[in-house]
Amino acid sequence: MTSTADTTDPRVSVEHTHATFDEGFTLECGVVLRSHTVAFRTYGTLNADKSNAVLVCHALTGDQYVAETHPVTGKGGWWTAIVGPGCPVDTNKFFVICPNVLGGCMGSTGPLSIDPATGNPWGTDFPPVTIRDMVRQQKRLIEHLGIARLFAVIGGSMGGMQVLQWAALFPDAVFAALPIATASHHSAQNIAFHEVGRQAIFADPDWRQGRYWRDGVIPARGLAVARMCAHITYLSEEALSRKFGRRLQNAPKDPAEAINLFGEMFEVESYLRHQGSTFVQRFDANAYLTITRAMDYFDLGADFDGDLANAFRGTKTRFLLASFSSDWLFPTSESRTIARALNRAGANVSFVEFPTDKGHDAFLLDEPDFHRTLAGFLRGCALHARLET
Amino acid sequence: MTALDPVRFLAKNLRVDLVLIAGMIEPGSRVLDIGCGDGTLIDHLFRTKACDARGIEIDMAEVTRAVAHGLPVMHGDADIDLQHYPDGAFDYVVLSRALQAVEKPRMVLQQMLRIGTRAVVSFPNFGHWLVRWQLLSTGRMPMTATWARPWHETPNIHPCTIRDFFALCEEEGYCVERWLAADEGGQRSPWRRSAWLANLFGEQGVFLLRRR
Repeated sequence: MTSTADTTDPRVSVEHTHATFDEGFTLECGVVLRSHTVAFRTYGTLNADKSNAVLVCHALTGDQYVAETHPVTGKGGWWTAIVGPGCPVDTNKFFVICPNVLGGCMGSTGPLSIDPATGNPWGTDFPPVTIRDMVRQQKRLIEHLGIARLFAVIGGSMGGMQVLQWAALFPDAVFAALPIATASHHSAQNIAFHEVGRQAIFADPDWRQGRYWRDGVIPARGLAVARMCAHITYLSEEALSRKFGRRLQNAPKDPAEAINLFGEMFEVESYLRHQGSTFVQRFDANAYLTITRAMDYFDLGADFDGDLANAFRGTKTRFLLASFSSDWLFPTSESRTIARALNRAGANVSFVEFPTDKGHDAFLLDEPDFHRTLAGFLRGCALHARLET
Repeated sequence: MTALDPVRFLAKNLRVDLVLIAGMIEPGSRVLDIGCGDGTLIDHLFRTKACDARGIEIDMAEVTRAVAHGLPVMHGDADIDLQHYPDGAFDYVVLSRALQAVEKPRMVLQQMLRIGTRAVVSFPNFGHWLVRWQLLSTGRMPMTATWARPWHETPNIHPCTIRDFFALCEEEGYCVERWLAADEGGQRSPWRRSAWLANLFGEQGVFLLRRR
């Protein structure tokens, strides 16, 4: 394991802990990556019999910096309420691994990486990847770390899709699976929202057929609009009303920046604009296209003759499904569908919906009941696994 | 959150049922507890009998409490969710003091004995003498320690008596392997030989059923 610096992009000029594997990696689409890299972070200590490893899978725009200050943005980790000393995923007890997904832009192989065939970044030529490809690459990392079986795999949203894929693909390597605020397939509505975001990127003059890196520009406007659109889907009407209502604030003077009457604009507009502009500083447009596509392709039931239960037959993995009442992007009904499929497969499943007005984002926010439940579930699993913690 | 709190089933004295029901379950068996509340029974079965015990509960606050205790409980409705379990998935399926509150008791029993080899059912006995006496003497719906809610507030939409339950088992062709009547304190009633007396003096019935 070595760390290297790459100077093509501020995101990769930061050194990310990573592992590079030189054996070929055949993607689901048939393309073979001659070598591939996983950037990852670990927290806590692996015990002697390597039985306390917990894999955390990040969501669409997350990355491996789950529980520490982000080296690019300088902001805190994205799940510090969940992962850390004394937290539900207690790093005093567990060895936590969080990899950046394949196709991502925080050090793992993705569109920002150099295509060995051309010496240039892959860009739009980066092959389409799937959730399954991401999970298979994570499995390679786990083996590299000498871990045969994970005590738990946990993730929300797209992270939850990876959890489901882990449980289906490597049931003996997963003692407990915690798919949070997720679904076994991406719905038509979810694909539709992703497509709006992608079209916003394509419509940006700085997109330049995806070769924006050649001209030293980024399709910032398009990517920001994609983020703004997606961000609305992460919230709820109640949460937006509670946070912003119809309140006004001063608008920027520049007429290209805002439509304003009497020099005012709505607070919610300003908030979304801020979300968009900070996002483009840390995320690559081509990675956004690659990963949204991977989510769209995900349909675990379809991979098992159209019956999701087949994905889990005979599994010994213990499941915790958690959803949030105001989440309309991955609504409770999707978690219930998974729970029922697990019932049909005879699996051991816990399933809880948490009442909240915070929408899909609730899984990232301060939800004490959710956190207590996670902690208790993991404690119960540790008891059944006879894990000394 | 208070707005979401559903109407509670009648006060569950789980300590009582726990002892009586647990007494009917063999160690090391696979158990599904329908309407498991905060999971007291499944916790007890796991800890004292090494059972693989799981639960379904309709009240989300109870589900949260159970899972936060590390117990495998899922949110679900006995009337809707049992159909998703495969045949013979459990050795015992338990329905503790919830039969009278389900939408379709007969169908729920059928599902229980499809997914489990045996069913353990307990319910408050509407044939108890005090219930009969109150209805007879006042002409109003009975209000007792067991039947503690006014008729328009009760979730107990299908009350039955011990003899009613025997009749249903007969109709459906279930074999009653064991049964007992008990008072609210969990003391077994001494009228076990006579269903007629048990129906008069037992405050609750506990039945162990098997498909014939």
